[in-house]
Amino acid sequence: MLPFCGILATMHELAVTQSILEIVLRHAEAAGADRILSVNLVIGELTGFVDDSIQFYFDFLSKDTPAQDAQLIFERIPPRARCQECGTDYTPPNSRLWTCPECGALGGDVIAGREFSVASIEIE
Amino acid sequence: MPPEILPIVERILSANDLLALENRKLLDEHDVLAVNVMASPGAGKTSLILHSIEALRWRLQTGVIEGDVAGRVDADKVAETGTPVVQINTGGGCHLDAPQVQSALKQLPLDKIDLLFIENVGNLICPTGFALGEHVNMMIANVPEGHDKPIKYPGMFAAVDAIILNKIDLMPYIDFDLEAFRTAVRALNATAPLFEVSCKTGEGIEAWAEWLLARKRG
Repeated sequence: MLPFCGILATMHELAVTQSILEIVLRHAEAAGADRILSVNLVIGELTGFVDDSIQFYFDFLSKDTPAQDAQLIFERIPPRARCQECGTDYTPPNSRLWTCPECGALGGDVIAGREFSVASIEIE
Repeated sequence: MPPEILPIVERILSANDLLALENRKLLDEHDVLAVNVMASPGAGKTSLILHSIEALRWRLQTGVIEGDVAGRVDADKVAETGTPVVQINTGGGCHLDAPQVQSALKQLPLDKIDLLFIENVGNLICPTGFALGEHVNMMIANVPEGHDKPIKYPGMFAAVDAIILNKIDLMPYIDFDLEAFRTAVRALNATAPLFEVSCKTGEGIEAWAEWLLARKRG
């Protein structure tokens, strides 16, 4: 993401990381936790978010909160498409036209790759 | 407390999504159709908005929210047409977000507006990740940019309800493969209509305006 968006891309990750921290702290407090040890994130590859950038902002934003020093664990979900003609599920190629490997039809509905959620947190 | 795993499964960006829902509700209460206009810088977002205002004059009252990193040149152009407009400066931010749009909505006479254009910051990536409360997402590609943009920015082309190809008057001067562009667009987005227009000559604007009118009435 950085090569074509420079500093602006990191602005995007900052907003997202604030949201992650808010979710994590809210759930940890409700569960009566003292500390958050790790955060499991599920991120589809089509969202374009950069792991290192999110961890960087998280370390910065979480200082002096129960989430300080928590490790972010990223589960990346590769994109999957479903052919609109024959219904075949396939992994679309990167930077090329999406073409069904079975029937050759163009395009497809995205069935995976846009996920973006906090799956769980490890607390104590 | 011993370490334990707490399942959450909550979508990230929920704060923005929540505010976007509030914006949507406010717009619906005032019967305003909001259109999120996205494109790269210089694609013709403001030009298209100005042409659309003109094409729909006497049929719909429009309003505009202008999003830019800095300056209010676009808002001034819109204001000259007598259209209510609010400028948002993101100060470096690469996209508009729902809180910014919410504060802009408060400054607009929503009761008098039928159709609201929200001109996003020039960027083909980040704006798709932030809902604003809009009803229609559209993007503007343009001929000098090249026919390969759908392949390079699939997320944007796949996410919109309508696609405009602007600056078709420049086609004779530029190696733009229109068939390759159309094929790539169809591959990413089978349902969004593609309008081929020129904001220089006005060609194709009427068809786009009619589509918007139908969405407003639909």
